[in-house]
Amino acid sequence: MTEPTMLSKEVQILESTTPGATKRPRGGALSLSPWADYALRRAGGVILSVALLVVVTFFMVPLIPGDPAVAVAGADATSEQIEAIRSSLGLNEPLFVQFINYVGGLFTGDLGESFAYSTSVSQIIATKLPFTAELAVLGIILVLLVSVPTGMLVGILTRGGRKKWLDVSFGMLTGFFQAVPQYVVSTILVVVFAIILKVLPAAGAASLSALILPVIGLSIAPICSIARVVRRETSTVLEQDYLRTARGWRLPSLRLYARHALPNLLTTALTLAGLILAGMLGGAIIVENVFNWPGLGREIVTAIVNKDYPVIQGIILVLGFLAIVLNLLVDVILGLIDPRTLGGKSNG
Amino acid sequence: MAETARPRRRFRWTTGLIVGLVMMSVMVLTAILAPIFLSEAAEKLTPQASQGPSAAHWLGTDDFGRDVLARSLVATRLTLLMTAATTAIAVVAGIAIGTAVWLAPRRIRAAVLRVIEAAVAYPSLIFSLLIAAILGQGTWSAVLAISIASIPAFARLTANMAASISQRNYVSTARLLGVSGPHIITRHLLPNMAEPLLVLTATVFATTLIDLSSLSFIGLGVQNPEYDFGRLLNEGLVNIYSQPLQAVMPSIMITITGLGAMLIGDGLAAATDPRGGRKFGSLRKASEVPASMRADAQALVEVDNLTVTTPSGVPLVKGVSLSIHAGEVVGLVGESGSGKSLTAMSIAGLLPEELGVSAKTMRLGELNLLKKNNPRELAISIGLVYQDPGTSFNPALRIGSQLTEVSRVHLGQSRRTAFGRMVKALADIRITQPEKRMKQHPHELSGGMLQRAMIASTLVTDPRLIIADEPTTALDVTVQADVLRQFRTINREMGTAMLFISHDIGVVQALCDKVIVMNGGKILERLTGEELAAGKVKHPYTKALLAATPSIAERKAELVTVTAKDFALDEVFDDDPADGGHITNSPGSKETAQ
Repeated sequence: MTEPTMLSKEVQILESTTPGATKRPRGGALSLSPWADYALRRAGGVILSVALLVVVTFFMVPLIPGDPAVAVAGADATSEQIEAIRSSLGLNEPLFVQFINYVGGLFTGDLGESFAYSTSVSQIIATKLPFTAELAVLGIILVLLVSVPTGMLVGILTRGGRKKWLDVSFGMLTGFFQAVPQYVVSTILVVVFAIILKVLPAAGAASLSALILPVIGLSIAPICSIARVVRRETSTVLEQDYLRTARGWRLPSLRLYARHALPNLLTTALTLAGLILAGMLGGAIIVENVFNWPGLGREIVTAIVNKDYPVIQGIILVLGFLAIVLNLLVDVILGLIDPRTLGGKSNG
Repeated sequence: MAETARPRRRFRWTTGLIVGLVMMSVMVLTAILAPIFLSEAAEKLTPQASQGPSAAHWLGTDDFGRDVLARSLVATRLTLLMTAATTAIAVVAGIAIGTAVWLAPRRIRAAVLRVIEAAVAYPSLIFSLLIAAILGQGTWSAVLAISIASIPAFARLTANMAASISQRNYVSTARLLGVSGPHIITRHLLPNMAEPLLVLTATVFATTLIDLSSLSFIGLGVQNPEYDFGRLLNEGLVNIYSQPLQAVMPSIMITITGLGAMLIGDGLAAATDPRGGRKFGSLRKASEVPASMRADAQALVEVDNLTVTTPSGVPLVKGVSLSIHAGEVVGLVGESGSGKSLTAMSIAGLLPEELGVSAKTMRLGELNLLKKNNPRELAISIGLVYQDPGTSFNPALRIGSQLTEVSRVHLGQSRRTAFGRMVKALADIRITQPEKRMKQHPHELSGGMLQRAMIASTLVTDPRLIIADEPTTALDVTVQADVLRQFRTINREMGTAMLFISHDIGVVQALCDKVIVMNGGKILERLTGEELAAGKVKHPYTKALLAATPSIAERKAELVTVTAKDFALDEVFDDDPADGGHITNSPGSKETAQ
């Protein structure tokens, strides 16, 4: 079970999930090892998410208002053209058969043929995915490397109402970057670094330096969101009894914070971060368009404008699947950090 | 600190909230006025295309000779309308689904919640692209796309809140009384969720604004000839090399709107947060307290005239003096807020930095506790045991690694050596399967077992003093006895001095050689263990405490309540009995947790 939300803010609103702050009664249904139990429950969630994704993308075409074939072919198409499209979309078959064909195609890696280009959708995805993955992976690494230490440091420095100025300016700065859309930040980056300073390329994926601005543009907002969450969790954890216990052991600061505070604040921070990081896949679509980055994001926008439905379906499936994998990854890490996340309570 | 009244919830106007409201008002005014006065400049095609800034066009003109500034201002109306509509749809649908789920039969509820949960895992922008692909591009399909994509998250948050509220007693009562489902939602669920929902709505407004304009920006939202901030930026980006100014104004406008909504959300959250603005409970004004010279140069621990003050100078501990001899167990009794824990934590050097600590003398052996000491020295000299073993262990770490922390960090023992010693120490206090326990996490052990393990762990450094702060309070009565027995054994066999803090005079009586009664930051009475056992107490407050503490046999009998204000607490008497003071049964007075 993941804790609520897309918004970083709700932890303020809903009860904090910081370990020790509240006791969560949990019981594993089966008396297997906690990991097996956990894996089983998570697998159920993953299967449901994937199923939902498949169903929703399948219904995209039948749900197009009016006759999908006419919509695809355009207003001035001949009736033969419309018929050709109808059969290529399989719209002549009953819905049930269409769905079976669709799912069957997914299992064999067949995502259909693009209308706009005479290539298969899987081929298009295979050429575009590496660019998006490059951007997303570097972005996620940058986000985690910057946001967690920053949030923790600010949380430690401002604990118990100390350094009010830092608290206020941190809140304002991160709030500002959360309120500014990524494409605005990216545009400003282009203006400053590519046009005024002329130190980095404004667009394209020709060189390694072309990666810098897109990755930064993609990462700033998530860095601020996660840093805020980490900061708040840090101040909650620092007030916990177990941290007072650790202080009583007079541990060196680094050991105190890294070993006794970090795992506990990461539990909640990462739960939220999973969703924020998955949201970066959406952010990548925007950022790719600012920087003319030849990834899935640019491709899907072109496909939507061209009504190239097989390509849209394929890209949404891939991005949705990546989001599910990312969430699963976060859950596994959570289980490793804090075994109570696993849920099962063995008799002790 | 003692709080007798519940914290009153008052709406607090913060600077952020005011700034946010001002920003949003300016945007709303612009949205109303700009289209009335500026639509011609914004929309009429003129031959003066792609000009730089001039007196007539402050920010220049676009490719069709339209004024960039006017367009940015006029676009506010469409942007705000779209954002408001999207937010409204998402909020209404989200609340409807989130609350209705709680009235549905259990199976349906579980199924719907799982689907919502699965839907939330997808980035909302990808979801809205899918909907935009179905509906085609345009203003209202963008509104629908973003609002539908925002519903799952909002529904889930509402469902979470509704879940916690519907478990409250008054909702179950209403259900039992047969109140109809919609009535429960409107009468019980919604009013109790109003504040957080309002905060969430402001936040959703901010994120919706970003999502909508992003859709327009990538060309899938608002289409020509209509324009919102996102569309203007899209046009501006094409000319970014020749006319960077064209992108500036829409950027500023969208930033102000988004920031305004965000500040309102933050401000509302802070304003309605009952935990906000909490301060130290203010105590009565400081009165000059003479030093009660009770310190003793022969003692192991000597505290002379200890004062602890808040940052604002309010004294919390007012001139406490005490001494503990080697092998002696000293009890510190008093109700919550009496200053007993502060006194103990001052000796341990673990008070929050912002509290001011001063004393004539405070030492442990030759260690001056008023100075900053070597952490190693402190860690091995003073063993600490806390109130609630359930919260004083770190939930994320194994028991073994916590119990051996001091040995490994300060005694330089290897992991293996420390582990072996601790296993033996646990076996000595008859904890079963000590090796297995060491590898378990705190939530897998009972409170009594954790507490006994904690006490055992303080002994591995052979400390000169053990400070135990209400070590039995969180435990049930039978376990209390075990823990007290353990303390007594330690004191007898190893001769370790102890400072034992409790609000339970009965517990103290069973263990301590000397007992100090505190209230309001001062010492009221000093007794020997025998005096206390014999009931030879002088101060009426102590008498009242004794009367209020039932023996285990009479735990079930009606409790006598003690209120500090019923006594003349300014009277400090170590020798003379005073008259006056009485015991009340007033139901309103209760002891609150610290």
